[in-house]
Amino acid sequence: MDHLPLIKLGPGESGRVKRIAAGAHATKKLYEMGFNTGALVQVLKNDRGPLIVSLAGNKIALGRGLADRVIILKS
Amino acid sequence: MYTIALVGNPNSGKTTLFNALTGSNQHVGNWPGVTVERKEGKFRFKDQFYKVVDLPGTYSLGAFSEDEIIARDFILKGDPDLVINVVDATNIERNLYLTTQLLEMGVKVIVALNMMDEAEQRKISFDLANLSVKLGAPIVPVVASRRKGIEQLLETAVSSIEKQLDYKVFISYGRELDGKIARIEKVLAQKEVGYPSHWLAIKLLEGDEYVLDLVSESDLSPRELELLSFSRQNGAYELELVDKRYEFINQITGSTVFRPQKPVQIKTDKIDKIVTHKYLGLPIFGLIMLGMFQLTFVLGEDLLGDSVADAIGIFGEYAEALLLNLNAPAWLGSFVANGVIGGVGAVVEFVPLIVILYMLMGVLEDSGYMARAAYVMDNVMRSLGLQGKTFIPMIVGFGCNVPGIMATRTLESKKDRMIAILINPFMSCGAKLPIYLVFIAAFFPNNGGLVLFLVYSLGILIALLMGKIFGETLFPGEVSHFIMELPPYRKPTLRNVVRNMWDNVSGFLTRAGTTIFAVVSSLWVLAVLPGGVQPYGPESFLGRIGLLIAPIFRPAGFGNWQAAVGLFSGIAAKEAVVATLGMVYAGVEEGAELVAAIKAAFTPLTAASFMIMTLLYTPCAATIATIRKETRSNVWALFTALYTFLIGWVMAVLVYQVGSFLGFA
Repeated sequence: MDHLPLIKLGPGESGRVKRIAAGAHATKKLYEMGFNTGALVQVLKNDRGPLIVSLAGNKIALGRGLADRVIILKS
Repeated sequence: MYTIALVGNPNSGKTTLFNALTGSNQHVGNWPGVTVERKEGKFRFKDQFYKVVDLPGTYSLGAFSEDEIIARDFILKGDPDLVINVVDATNIERNLYLTTQLLEMGVKVIVALNMMDEAEQRKISFDLANLSVKLGAPIVPVVASRRKGIEQLLETAVSSIEKQLDYKVFISYGRELDGKIARIEKVLAQKEVGYPSHWLAIKLLEGDEYVLDLVSESDLSPRELELLSFSRQNGAYELELVDKRYEFINQITGSTVFRPQKPVQIKTDKIDKIVTHKYLGLPIFGLIMLGMFQLTFVLGEDLLGDSVADAIGIFGEYAEALLLNLNAPAWLGSFVANGVIGGVGAVVEFVPLIVILYMLMGVLEDSGYMARAAYVMDNVMRSLGLQGKTFIPMIVGFGCNVPGIMATRTLESKKDRMIAILINPFMSCGAKLPIYLVFIAAFFPNNGGLVLFLVYSLGILIALLMGKIFGETLFPGEVSHFIMELPPYRKPTLRNVVRNMWDNVSGFLTRAGTTIFAVVSSLWVLAVLPGGVQPYGPESFLGRIGLLIAPIFRPAGFGNWQAAVGLFSGIAAKEAVVATLGMVYAGVEEGAELVAAIKAAFTPLTAASFMIMTLLYTPCAATIATIRKETRSNVWALFTALYTFLIGWVMAVLVYQVGSFLGFA
């Protein structure tokens, strides 16, 4: 239950990466930067422009288009 | 001599460690992949020298961006005796991903666990002995910015080089994949491909193009090729492999890395709330840039510039007097005082200013703000069909377009990269600064900082506009995705800031002594020949060249031969423009006289159009050469040289014509 794209998460909400439905290149890049299956992601900022998320204590800015394709299992 | 390669993620403090190891003139920045060039240094330990090569920061050793390929090629083909893998302790899991790849490549690795102080602040602790055993590589904790642990690191590095290391990490990719890897490995083991077959097998399953090519070139029988062919379903297992690597990492860090239940709030989060704010972010960025130019102007020009100019003037007169006392011919005295000291000096007097500008840029880089600038610019860039990261090479271009263009290597999309290269020359480099300053001193002495800000902003505006046009015409395609790390804010270290400044300023001074000297000397020769003419007069060769070009600039309001010669010399080097203007406007050697001559020859309006021409027209020879190198194309280099000239001319003409119409003549 509760699979939804990262972009639907508000600030403070978090979840685990279920899968990424972006292009092969972008998907691999995201995986390698730590957005691999099961990684815990917390949204810090999601209003205008790229999202800012926290991933293993590390801040990453992520464009809205991509954030729409990272499917999250909300916790 | 043994060779050590430094490898690590962007922002892992790799370059800082490099500086700490070698003490060489390198610089560190917070944008991804600041190390675009291959940097080398040396250190001495127990009477032996070791070579250190600083490789570009990467998250992985795939074949993604040029940086990854550079790093990987060096590890595979450069034959380093040891790889020091710099790992950010606060972000150890993600950083170890690269480590697992290094270990699988079968190279000798030691881990420098950096930023231990920040990890402590965040209450992260480690069981390093245990982690080292599980990882199968020595780990040395360090704080590169404060040179802590360096001695221990060197000790470990040197002893690792000398002894045969027998560690071997084995990452299990699950039964199915392990089986596949073993089968491929068996086929490859009989071939002399030159790389560990286990690594090759994994890379084949990942669908790595480089390895696919490599294997195809070896003499495999059709049957063997068939056996490998399932790996050609191009990366069918790519993501699974990444997941398994992370699984391995989580397994080994689970019992050796301890994080607090609730992450410690750090200052970075509070600052980011403001500087990345949806409405405030962009104005704050604008204010920071304005502040930077204002400060450059106030500190560099008003406090230091004048005294340097005076000193050069006195030096020139003294040299001429000395030569005349030695019975040197009058022409030699004139050459030395006017041609050399006057010309080169006209450039050198702006050194204080450039020092300040580079130091301020260094502070921006070192603090981590640069990544935020890219973040807030993403919206603007996106509306133009580009992404925020494209803005970083543009900011670097403010210092010098050559590193600016090289910094585009971190852009993964070919479209972004090409556009970023083509528009970089509009980012006004440090060498153009002296030109504006002379004109500001002559016409806008009370609004120097503001005028500079406007000039730089116009450059950005034109760059963005051209970016949009190129995106829609020459390089159509989707807007690429934006992924970027926002590193924590760090207090800039004086050492890094000064080093960054010195790298650039020493380049500037070297050019003053070589290229500019050569340009100024040849111009002096052109200015006094043929014999008997008034030196620097319209009858001289120089004057005739100028007269020939000048009509082009008549519609822009500065159609005189002196201005034309100045712009002409700027194509060799922008630093030469002021020196040349100094010579042709009555052969002056001192700043104040040059300003007076400019004041007489231009009006505020023609000064504005000339500054705009200077800002936008054909970049210097070094920049064009860099474009040629980076695009591997003569066509793009020539294209840039010509289209920038055209844009500069059109804008200058536009400003002059509209200005005259409005009565600003």
